[in-house]
Amino acid sequence: MSGADMGTVDLGAVLINNLPALLVVVPLLLAPIAALVPVSSLAWVLALAGTGASFIAALLLQSITENGIRLTYFLGNWEPPWGIEFVVDSASSLTLVVMTALAFLATLAARRCVDVEIATKDGGKFYAAWLLACGGLYGLVLTADAFNLFVFLEISALASTILIGMGAGTDRRALVAGYNYLLIGAVGATFYVIGVGFIYAMTGTLNMADLASRLPEIGTGTVLYVGFGFMVAGILVKAAIFPVHIWLPAAYSYAPSPASTLLAAIATKAALYVLARIAFTIFGGMPDVVELALANILVPLAVAGIFVGTVMAIYESDIKKLLAHSSVAQIGYIALGLALATPAGIAAGFIHIGNHALIKGGLFMAVGGFVVALGSRASLDNLTGIGRRMPITATAFLICGLSLAGLPLTAGFISKLYLVRAILETESYVILSLVLISSALSVVYLWKIMEVMWMQPAPVRSAKLIENPTIYVPLWIIAIGNIWFGIDAGWLVSAAKMAALALVGAGV
Amino acid sequence: MIEQLAFSWNYIIVVILMMMGLFIVIARTNLIKKLIGLTIFQTSVFMFYISLGKIAGGTAPILTVDPNTLYSNPLPHVLILTAIVVGVATTALGLALILRINEAFGSIEEDEILAAKVSQAMARPQRPISGGAE
Repeated sequence: MSGADMGTVDLGAVLINNLPALLVVVPLLLAPIAALVPVSSLAWVLALAGTGASFIAALLLQSITENGIRLTYFLGNWEPPWGIEFVVDSASSLTLVVMTALAFLATLAARRCVDVEIATKDGGKFYAAWLLACGGLYGLVLTADAFNLFVFLEISALASTILIGMGAGTDRRALVAGYNYLLIGAVGATFYVIGVGFIYAMTGTLNMADLASRLPEIGTGTVLYVGFGFMVAGILVKAAIFPVHIWLPAAYSYAPSPASTLLAAIATKAALYVLARIAFTIFGGMPDVVELALANILVPLAVAGIFVGTVMAIYESDIKKLLAHSSVAQIGYIALGLALATPAGIAAGFIHIGNHALIKGGLFMAVGGFVVALGSRASLDNLTGIGRRMPITATAFLICGLSLAGLPLTAGFISKLYLVRAILETESYVILSLVLISSALSVVYLWKIMEVMWMQPAPVRSAKLIENPTIYVPLWIIAIGNIWFGIDAGWLVSAAKMAALALVGAGV
Repeated sequence: MIEQLAFSWNYIIVVILMMMGLFIVIARTNLIKKLIGLTIFQTSVFMFYISLGKIAGGTAPILTVDPNTLYSNPLPHVLILTAIVVGVATTALGLALILRINEAFGSIEEDEILAAKVSQAMARPQRPISGGAE
């Protein structure tokens, strides 16, 4: 944008200077083109280009900000408080790297699944919604304007609704799941807007940094508490935290497999990041209020979510629904880390944001592979002995599953380790024991799947199924990532610690 | 007393509409009525913002020659313009989904759709395990 009219200017410098905007704008601009493209595979190339460009931009931004530098970008060169500001710091760049990487891998694997699960004429529209969802979620993480955040929230919600509803080709219940997600999500977003209205009325600004500096001056007041409550309640809906997680299991399980992969990997992560932003940046100057709310409300909700999700997963026999219930539990772990409000807790939350994206992205992607090969929904019945019929996909599923259980040498173990350490630091042994019990319970539902997949013999006369390299190559990249970050977690852990520092560094 | 009431009148209406909208979303089973409830809920928030921007005696925020003119705050109006657009998109997508739900289930009553789901699950034919799509 800046310097576009200067003919002699270095193109590379322009690109670098506008990286934060490009990261969001490229997918959003490619979306309408993808919608008009009649050929599904061409639209897929566009989606790949869009998510790939965002991934490169996120990596560059991460390399700039990893030492704690805070990068600001004024959209259209309008300075805040008049214009909208994008901020990249250690927290947002880590979240962006995780999200863009998983979105890119999910796009790589999507093509074959889309060919099978979506009507050919709808391929272009599917990728258009895909790009819009990605762009909206990236914008959610980048924006430093409280109202602009609502707009990105709704862009991503509407696009996700379309992605979920497109599952209607194979299961009509996808339509109801999409409708419920739209309705519940819209109520959540409206709650957020009410909260923003209250704090705007008190401060006269919408810029997050301005809000952070002006709110403590106003001090305590019922209006601020109400505003904080409404904003957080709205975001809790989007992050699918118990008890407002009810839209998630249906939405993830009836959506087409690639959409489940994308949403499970990145959608709730963006909302959790926003939750941290509200609590620690906007209301960072009022730690007493925030800590009171987090310790008394979010911690119990997170623990309840962990248990509800785990128990529901144990009794579920449809694989996608089982994984969705398990997502509710895993989101609980992330929320618990953030709600501890200590640097170690927030770092643990961010570590699990990264690791859970790897784990669930991989698991849903593998299920997509099963669905393509079997030609039907993946339930425990028809996955019997799949380990011998599809060894490549099933082994990757096994690795991601072990990582979910938190086996040593996998990424999930690192998450649990840092979460447990953070809880130990706060000396809340009740929470610690609950986390450990729920961890053990999660082995139950994983064992249930693994037993069916590996221990039971395949039905007689069943041939080996064809495994598609376009699905198992990105899947194995994720599976190796799960092992890599289990053995050498240095990069992720230090990035997460920098993220925690960027969020609460000033306050602690 | 009257002045106080006149001052907070907008906000009283906002709260009433907000509660009505939320109640309809939660309590109704008809999908279209739920969407109407959502629209009422959102509209109440629009009114809330517009009321915030009004300054007693203020005029429309268009620059006049008189330097002492009192203007209303235009920013909430602009924000709500955006929110209205978002609201329209949400309603449109919701209605489109209801159309498809009606085609697929033959009903837009939530309880009937849930019942249909159960019967479908009961009657679901067991797919042959061997011989996938490929």
